[in-house]
Amino acid sequence: MTDQGQSFHNLQLTDDGQLRHFLTLDGLDRQLLTDILDTADSFIEVGERTIKKVPLLRGRTVVNLFFESSTRTRSTFELAAKRLSADVLNLDISTSATSKGESLSDTLLNLEAMASDMFVVRHSQSGAPHFIAEHVTPGVAIINAGDGRHAHPTQAMLDMLTIRQHKGTFEGLKVAIVGDVLHSRVARSQIRALNELGAEEVRVIAPGTLLPRDVESLGCTVEFDMNRGMRDLDVVIMLRLQKERMEGALLPSEREFYRLYGLSQEKLALAKPDCIVMHPGPINRGVEIESAVADGPQSVILNQVTNGIAIRMAVMSMAMGGQLADRNRKQSEVVQP
Amino acid sequence: MNLSASPNVATLKIVGGRLLDGQGVDAENAALLIRDGRIAAVGEAARQAKADGTINAEGCVISPGFVDLHCNLREPGNGQKGSIASETRAAAHGGFTSVCTSPETSPVNDSGAVTHLIRDVAACRSPIRVLPVGALTRGLEGDLLSDMAGLASAGCVAVGNGSRGVRNARTLRRCMAYAKTFGLTVILNPENAALAADGYAHDGLVASRLGLLGIPEVAETTAVMEMILLAEETGVRLHLGQISSARSVEMLADARRRGIAVSADVAMHQLAFTEDALAGFDSRFHVRPPLRSEQDRLALIAGVREGVIDAIVSQHQPHDTAAKQAPLAATEPGLSTVESVLSLGLELVNRKELSLAELIRGLTGGPASVIGRSASLGEGELADLCMFDPADQWIPAHDSIVSTGRHTPVSDRPLPGVVRMTLVGGSIAWGSEPQ
Amino acid sequence: MTAQLDIDQLLDKLETGLRQVLNERDIDAPLMVGIRTGGVWLADLLSKRLQLETAPGELDISFYRDDFSRIGLNPRVRPSSLPFDTEGRDIILVDDVIMSGRTIRAAMNEIFDYGRPDSIILATLVDLGARELPIQPDVVGRSMTLASSQRVKLRGPDPLRIEVQEGGA
Repeated sequence: MTDQGQSFHNLQLTDDGQLRHFLTLDGLDRQLLTDILDTADSFIEVGERTIKKVPLLRGRTVVNLFFESSTRTRSTFELAAKRLSADVLNLDISTSATSKGESLSDTLLNLEAMASDMFVVRHSQSGAPHFIAEHVTPGVAIINAGDGRHAHPTQAMLDMLTIRQHKGTFEGLKVAIVGDVLHSRVARSQIRALNELGAEEVRVIAPGTLLPRDVESLGCTVEFDMNRGMRDLDVVIMLRLQKERMEGALLPSEREFYRLYGLSQEKLALAKPDCIVMHPGPINRGVEIESAVADGPQSVILNQVTNGIAIRMAVMSMAMGGQLADRNRKQSEVVQP
Repeated sequence: MNLSASPNVATLKIVGGRLLDGQGVDAENAALLIRDGRIAAVGEAARQAKADGTINAEGCVISPGFVDLHCNLREPGNGQKGSIASETRAAAHGGFTSVCTSPETSPVNDSGAVTHLIRDVAACRSPIRVLPVGALTRGLEGDLLSDMAGLASAGCVAVGNGSRGVRNARTLRRCMAYAKTFGLTVILNPENAALAADGYAHDGLVASRLGLLGIPEVAETTAVMEMILLAEETGVRLHLGQISSARSVEMLADARRRGIAVSADVAMHQLAFTEDALAGFDSRFHVRPPLRSEQDRLALIAGVREGVIDAIVSQHQPHDTAAKQAPLAATEPGLSTVESVLSLGLELVNRKELSLAELIRGLTGGPASVIGRSASLGEGELADLCMFDPADQWIPAHDSIVSTGRHTPVSDRPLPGVVRMTLVGGSIAWGSEPQ
Repeated sequence: MTAQLDIDQLLDKLETGLRQVLNERDIDAPLMVGIRTGGVWLADLLSKRLQLETAPGELDISFYRDDFSRIGLNPRVRPSSLPFDTEGRDIILVDDVIMSGRTIRAAMNEIFDYGRPDSIILATLVDLGARELPIQPDVVGRSMTLASSQRVKLRGPDPLRIEVQEGGA
């Protein structure tokens, strides 16, 4: 009925299909997601050199705009930008100072005036990076570093890179995502990526209070019983559980959650023997996952951190390249009407 | 247009066009005579009559002027969002001749003094009739009874609580019992505050995918049920404002079968759009209640067709630009709709989802009956009329929109239906003067 | 319409030229690096002809191209692979065609990010002139000038052949 969905998808692509913002995995096809993974592979090699820097973003300014603080994610984006030779500005903006829309727009326009080329945006509200890309600073490449419950596309893609490194392919894989799917932007992006890349089954395992309405429509099956849900798994992804969930009648206690949905060695033994264990971090040991599992041979949690830098370099250079190519094309259109 | 009349002529004749009121009158190439602000004759008698001026309405539909049960004029209080002058002119542009103005102003319309102020300003600045709705509770706080007797005598056509809830069922029951004392209709927007919580989108497919905080359907249906049961018990005339779900339509139909005095309206955008409109985080479509599923939309349309839903409203909520320029959750709810209602309705007619007569009834006789009035093309009725060309098109844009609120539901494509003239009591409220 | 050049003849000339340069500079254990894609095929053949002990490395210069700001990133970038320490070594850099010299500039920048080599020798199969940077190959299989409608294309890897194409083919 409305065509808003269409423009939404196209917002992050140039007319000839290059990435120019990275807001969500919705609307990005398997080829583009594979290109991101392949490019990240090349950046992993760069990270093994004496000089771990390439000149792609030399002379460009990247601003880390974190309306919701996260030292870990910000650091990997910062390192990624620096390895691309960009100048990096870190701004931690408390949400309270910009709770009004006007001041958010004003802040961003000021930054744009300072010749910024890219904003890495983390925000507590779903759709904030999209809003910035569409209405505030369309000429600046926007990279979503996590928005509300909506999406965390770089985290999901680094998880995909980790899975591909260990499994070689997505075809035929059975993957479970366990825990607080309702509040998780990571889970939404992972489900989307796994579906697009061809995983055989994506299963979410959680109690009814931690699942979004009509969650199956995202492209997954639902399992309440973790012991049943662990069967035949190639990959199990544990989600972080926030302490606040005990309030508001979502869960009775951490203890009960761990007993039912925590990943113990016994539960892991129900999966395939070569099942890998992932967690976007930071880990709550003894809440989502047993320490022996987190540190065990099937855990690939540390690989995920290494891959994070490469994925972010890939996405940043692709989006910057798309923006520049777009700008260049539009300028030449003006010259030769 | 061949208009050879000034707005103040004593007799005016409209010839050509199609007379349609959705309540029995449907005549092609008819004639209508206006004398002293009222419809004096229709048909052959009108054609034969001599008049001071004649309007040629060829190609147009002439219907009663539209009556809006829910419109925000933003005065007193919110000058940057709109005023009685700006928004009633916009309403006239949309074909409306009467608008009920929401009590959610600043100050709240919870006393006869504020009602008088609104009516005084409207008398000077508004080209159409402004019918104030008084607050059900003091300050719309949901705790204490408002001065309903004073509101009624000052001219409020009903009392309601706007978009704000009432503290609890006990308070609501007392509000209803007190309103019943004065024969006042109570207009309520059904929403269970605890279930709606911090939500701002329909708790469905789109909200799940985009990670938007949902308002579940049960936030509405549990409130509808509670309100219907309380109305049944108190005997008050209840009007449910802007229902949004299929289940609410079912419950409403059921209540009416049981003889409960309950009526309802639906916002035009609920008939035209679904949750999909939010797919691009488009903050314009942040509305309350939220746009729901296609199944709900179809049930609401069926409700209008079957007369279970009496009225279609604009739920016009003009905003300043900044109120809509923010991430979705931080924006204020509401669309600037009063000028697009007819056009969106005609799109439904063109798609055969609604007949033109059903649309007109939902915009005229239906809402009028809720506030104890009539709006038809019968002889002796007020000459509140809308004359529109259903085949002509327009694009809502900066230069074609009158409202201060620029966030129209459609802004990028032509819409069918151009209002040529709006007449209030036989005087021109919108439309071109003679050449 | 395409014309084949004699690839073996060109390779013979490259091999002879490289032996001569290595001899003159007194280099006995050079490392070979090919620029993807054609340069890698050539580096494989030349490495065998010169009987080098270390397998050649591969460079993908996508991250160093100076046209990034005009056309964006090559979506088919693959990892570079230099499976040896370049610090203090002599490197033979191989590419199929040299024209503007920009590819070679990018490749040299990339090589230096792996460490500081003692020297770099540049070998290209074909030199088409039209230089835009002060970069010259040390060894060339053949120098030629093309009409504006002509293109040189190396096809391979097996069999490796080099064509001069006419028109937009």
